[in-house]
Amino acid sequence: MTVKKSHNNFIIGCCITGVMLLLILLGAFWTPYDAEAMDTAAKMQAPSFTHILGTDNFGRDIFSRVLEGAGTTLFIAVNAVCAGLFFGILIGAFTGWYGGWIDEVLMRIADVITAFPSILLALVLISLLGSGKSNIILALSLLFIPSFARVVRSEYAKQKELDYVRNAKLMGVGTPRIMFVHILPNVWPVLLSSIAIGFNNAVLAEAAMSYVGIGVLLPDASLGRMLSESQAFFFSAPWYALSAGLTIVLLVLGVGLISDGLGEWDNA
Amino acid sequence: MNTLKRILTLLLVLAMLTAALCGCKGGKSGKAEKNELTVGIAQDLDDSLDPHKMTAAGTREILFNVFEGLVKPDENGNLIPAVASAYTIADTGDTFTFTLRDGVKFHNGATVTVKDVVYSIERVAGKDSEKPLIAQFSAIESVEATDDKTVVIKTKEPYLEFLSYLTAAIIPDGSNPADGLVGTGPFRFVSRKAQENIVLERFADYWGTPAHLEKVTFKIIENANVLVTSLKSGAIDLCAHLTATQAKELGKDFTVAEGSMNLVQAMYLNNAYGPLTDARVRQALCWAVDRQSILALVNDGMGSVLGSSMYPAFGKYYNDLSGYYTQDTEKAKALLAEAGYENGFDLVITVPGNYQIHVDTAQVIAEQLKAIGVKCTIQTVEWSAWLENVYKNRDYQATVVGFDTSAAMTAQSLLARFQSESGKNVCNFQSAAYDAVYAKALAETTEAAQIEDYKECQRILAEEAAAVYVQDPCDLVGMRSDLTGYTFYPIYVMDLSRVYFTK
Repeated sequence: MTVKKSHNNFIIGCCITGVMLLLILLGAFWTPYDAEAMDTAAKMQAPSFTHILGTDNFGRDIFSRVLEGAGTTLFIAVNAVCAGLFFGILIGAFTGWYGGWIDEVLMRIADVITAFPSILLALVLISLLGSGKSNIILALSLLFIPSFARVVRSEYAKQKELDYVRNAKLMGVGTPRIMFVHILPNVWPVLLSSIAIGFNNAVLAEAAMSYVGIGVLLPDASLGRMLSESQAFFFSAPWYALSAGLTIVLLVLGVGLISDGLGEWDNA
Repeated sequence: MNTLKRILTLLLVLAMLTAALCGCKGGKSGKAEKNELTVGIAQDLDDSLDPHKMTAAGTREILFNVFEGLVKPDENGNLIPAVASAYTIADTGDTFTFTLRDGVKFHNGATVTVKDVVYSIERVAGKDSEKPLIAQFSAIESVEATDDKTVVIKTKEPYLEFLSYLTAAIIPDGSNPADGLVGTGPFRFVSRKAQENIVLERFADYWGTPAHLEKVTFKIIENANVLVTSLKSGAIDLCAHLTATQAKELGKDFTVAEGSMNLVQAMYLNNAYGPLTDARVRQALCWAVDRQSILALVNDGMGSVLGSSMYPAFGKYYNDLSGYYTQDTEKAKALLAEAGYENGFDLVITVPGNYQIHVDTAQVIAEQLKAIGVKCTIQTVEWSAWLENVYKNRDYQATVVGFDTSAAMTAQSLLARFQSESGKNVCNFQSAAYDAVYAKALAETTEAAQIEDYKECQRILAEEAAAVYVQDPCDLVGMRSDLTGYTFYPIYVMDLSRVYFTK
């Protein structure tokens, strides 16, 4: 029973994410219209066959903008998660493996970072660094490091006592090799759901920052920015807000379901 | 257990939704009965509330309700006596004689005397400070009270236009606006909460027609979209400077009054920045832009296209240069190539994000400039950051904003900032030819010659492309349908003394 259910979540999640990724990939190479081309004659049009998601207040094709915006969001999320993951694994591995005062110091720093609401910290970083794609990635990845580091650290602390690690040590395998070739693969399953959660947080954080206007710079399309621009026209052009909003929901939902599925898989 | 939880959550969400919706409606009730108005404004008044020191148009438009000068502008652009009841200008053009109006009261209850007038004029002329607070007041030779009803102001040179600057606020003798704002206008200043609101109250002892409204609260909402939703929800009753798209969103429960913003909206260029030091590059930008389509995209075609730093409401001073540049991509590319930028360049446009019209205009310009290889990114900043970085420190490449006439409705108020040495030369525009003609204009003794000089100034600005002039935007004021009496002026002010509830 439970096994079946977990498959469902996983499969639906994969389908949604797969379709979204395909669309975004498509958007990277081809969009039905130039996402930034304005058209005086086609302002605020409802969805139709020429513009399947309608047009915005500048006569820009919303479908093209959604594709491009989702691409931007995905780019930022993937990069932020990868960067956060890289440093998270490094820090987590060392602190978990060696312990001692470095462990104490780094983990307390991580505590301090996590004690702040992440969006607030991101705002502070952005106001120091200035907005723009690369700065958002930098800010988000800094915020993600502690959460990854914590997961990795606890796994390492657990794994280093296990027999296969002790054996490897006795056989004279070098420490770096044990850490990253022997232990790391065993940490992955636990990490996967953190990655999924991290990815979703990154998508939402980017959207939130662009929504309040400190994220992606104009005229680049971004889902969050579209959402903020569209709210003024919510009643006369609901398709605008819905397209951007639903895209965010689908992106997050897909990955969320996958992560749920993975979790239940483990429990089963 | 699980189902129960879900039902509970659903109920909670429903409860919150109803509460939120009720809140929307609740805001509207009772305001008309109390005769109180809430106006949404896009920026805080953080330049200065001192009427002699304020620089931002957004500050001026509100303090217009609180302060008055010897004369004040009316809705037709004429100067009418205010604190003075009459004035005469000597034939020599350098002596202005004002007769005080009887019984004009300050908001603190005191009656305005010649002492107050002399103090105010001297304060603006810089008696206590190193520089005059309003640059044009350096022209003053003397201010004298000849009897207890008459003030005579003499200028060093004949200076007819100086009358326009005597709209400068009259404040009580010896007072400092930093210790409390006391003026003579139809509204009394009550309080200001930074980033939140400014409250004005009706001044019952006003010498003219008193205001209809008891109390006006200006609510600061530095997000253009939130402004519109607040208006719709009833959190604010009136909001000026909407774009056509925003106004359309309001629907039938609101009145939209249409006027002109009386701004020179342009993409102002930092003439001291890299590629923009070359006049050919600036001209190329002018040729690359299609102003008509900007108007069409931003404001449904409403507004007037401008070609230089003056708008049509100026009548005789206005030199119609709106056709000086038309969109010609080839010409623009050729000019760029000539200047050594055949592949274009990157340009950062800094825009105050609280003004939707400027953000929208910047987006259209960015899109149009792509055709000549100029790749723009738009940096939206907060109003205070804009004032600091762009206006004060001139640390920017290009910016889209509108400049108004500042203190007075004179041609020079829109042209003075382009003098090479002007402290307000945001564009860092340097032109010996312009400086010469401008100086000549000031020295002219006949009006006709002066007008010709001012027109020449405008032509030079267009020719040397000090900025990419765009438009005088149409001003759409959205308000509750039971409000009426909003009056447009040919300058950037918001006169609330005539606004009233019909019910």
